[in-house]
Amino acid sequence: MKVLVAVKRVVDYNVKVRAKADGSDVDLNNVKMAINPFCEIAVEEAVRLKEAGTATEVVAVSIGDKACQEQIRTALALGADRGIQVETEGAVEPLVVAKLLKGVIEKEEPQLVILGKQSIDGDNNQTGQMLGALTGMPQGTFASEVVIDGDKVNVTREVDGGLQTVALTLPAIVTTDLRLNEPRYASLPNIMKAKKKPLDVFTPGDLGVEVTSHLTQVSVEPPAERQAGIKVEDVDQLIDKLKNEAKVIS
Amino acid sequence: MSTLVIAEHDNGSLKGATLNAVTAAQAMGADIDILVAGAGCDGAAQAAAAVAGVNKVLVADNAVYEHQLAENVSLLVAELGAGYDNIIAPATANAKNTMPRVAALLDVAQISEITSVESADTFKRPIYAGNVIATVKSADAKKVITVRTTAFDAAAAEGGSAAVEAVDAVHDAGISSFVGEEVAVSDRPELTSAAVVISGGRGMQNGENFKLLEGIADKLGAAIGASRAAVDAGFVPNDMQVGQTGKIVAPDLYIAVGISGAIQHLAGMKDSKVIVAINKDEDAPIFQVADYGLVADLFDALPEFEGKL
Ligand SMILES: Cc1cc2nc3c(=O)[nH]c(=O)nc-3n(C[C@H](O)[C@H](O)[C@H](O)COP(=O)(O)OP(=O)(O)OC[C@H]3O[C@@H](n4cnc5c(N)ncnc54)[C@H](O)[C@@H]3O)c2cc1C
Ligand SMILES: Nc1ncnc2c1ncn2[C@@H]1O[C@H](COP(=O)(O)O)[C@@H](O)[C@H]1O
Repeated sequence: MKVLVAVKRVVDYNVKVRAKADGSDVDLNNVKMAINPFCEIAVEEAVRLKEAGTATEVVAVSIGDKACQEQIRTALALGADRGIQVETEGAVEPLVVAKLLKGVIEKEEPQLVILGKQSIDGDNNQTGQMLGALTGMPQGTFASEVVIDGDKVNVTREVDGGLQTVALTLPAIVTTDLRLNEPRYASLPNIMKAKKKPLDVFTPGDLGVEVTSHLTQVSVEPPAERQAGIKVEDVDQLIDKLKNEAKVIS
Repeated sequence: MSTLVIAEHDNGSLKGATLNAVTAAQAMGADIDILVAGAGCDGAAQAAAAVAGVNKVLVADNAVYEHQLAENVSLLVAELGAGYDNIIAPATANAKNTMPRVAALLDVAQISEITSVESADTFKRPIYAGNVIATVKSADAKKVITVRTTAFDAAAAEGGSAAVEAVDAVHDAGISSFVGEEVAVSDRPELTSAAVVISGGRGMQNGENFKLLEGIADKLGAAIGASRAAVDAGFVPNDMQVGQTGKIVAPDLYIAVGISGAIQHLAGMKDSKVIVAINKDEDAPIFQVADYGLVADLFDALPEFEGKL
């Protein structure tokens, strides 16, 4: 079975992103970029399915400008077989990403599509679900376990009260949560090998998709700053402060 | 203008998060209906009808909606939503699962986790783990929105007398089924709505040591949370994770114990009214957001704290 994995180029999770002083946009000058951590988990899961003999081919897709080929190469170094870039100018909205991914799915006809549950830049948590609606495929979101069982996949999901398991008819969509697996590191030989793996580039037009925008970012601002607090000497002083100053315990 | 609020419920009762979504809907200035989709969900429907400021409660009571499978519920919401200007739900795991599917069926964007309504088409929402607040304007005629519940007060649960109307539509996509669940049962308040939350991190060392938090939680009527590191290490279940990719909390009092204060953790708790940090490392970043910091070994401080409360 073929597995398609969607990987997004985002700011590295260690970077504390700030709004520009004029509020026009976030300041991304010279910040470190990386593969979205949830997408890394998605690639790992696909590669494990291949290592287990369940998957025959793993295709990594990214949507964005040329720079996102770097993240496709990362996925290839982690074990994906080939890459697809859909070239867009700058970032596109989740609904458009989902439409473009649908276009890729129509070409590739994978049995399983794995995405991250959330991009850590926009914190949208939408694309996998939207792709489900557009393709009519079932979805196992926020997955902490994925088990292929014949023409079905059982997905255990992290939900508000604990865990829920659903059975989905293949082809299906999975979005990853943090506990699904622990991604490996790419070895130097694999990074070298990844440079030679095939990477195709499509335009939205090739996929019959028009890039539209439904939302505009009017402005950005920093969040409300917290007043600097104090260090208390000991437990007695802590309890005194909570009772008599903050008045949050009685 | 009209708004359909999607209820969060467990069939028998309405979850508090619905009330926060109703307040966000009120801020949009529209007439509000609530949809309760479930099975044997009369209890939740009656509770929804009592919410102040609600016109009408639509009840889709059918086995196909019992477990909130997104494939089925999204078809229902998209059908009913066609008659509304806004479709709004609290940003619970259920709504995060279903609402983007609804948006795509209607060919509109979703605006995730809004924290304020600026006007009928303009909203604020946190991005980059809450390090930036974006103001976004929607060009869609129909708006699909999830609401960060901590940013909106709860609407009054009583005082309304909405009409309850049954919806016959049965949507079974036939591509997914419920297999089972492992639901944590607890006598403690719900993490996302508790007035006091005490959370443990990697510094707790193991799950057994979370007992040190339980005694304090009992005395304060607190919910217990955790950092990702504590969940990943298997100390406690996933539903206790607070943060950017876990639960968002904003209690009156948040006590972080053995938690360093990574940006992803802060994203889930830094809107708490009062923050206490207990950490043995005086340079831990959590102290930068704490109102009261106690530099101490948690294994000394927690028993003493519990004893003196
Ligand atoms: C994509 C992504 C999403 C993430 N989402 C989340 C999220 O939603 N929530 C979240 O919490 N994290 C999240 N993280 C992880 C986050 O980056 C941190 O790794 C995590 O929050 C660290 O947890 P911690 O503070 O418990 O552990 P550590 O950073 O290891 O800190 C442990 C602290 O305990 C203190 N300590 C140790 N022993 C004692 C003692 N005896 N007494 C007192 N103090 C002691 C130490 O001084 C230290 O400060 C995410 C990361 C990524 C990449
Ligand atoms: N530009 C993109 N290119 C490839 N995959 C993407 C892109 N945007 C989103 N995705 C996928 O969708 C997931 C969820 O993203 P989001 O809905 O933006 O939170 C990500 O983890 C990716 O797997």
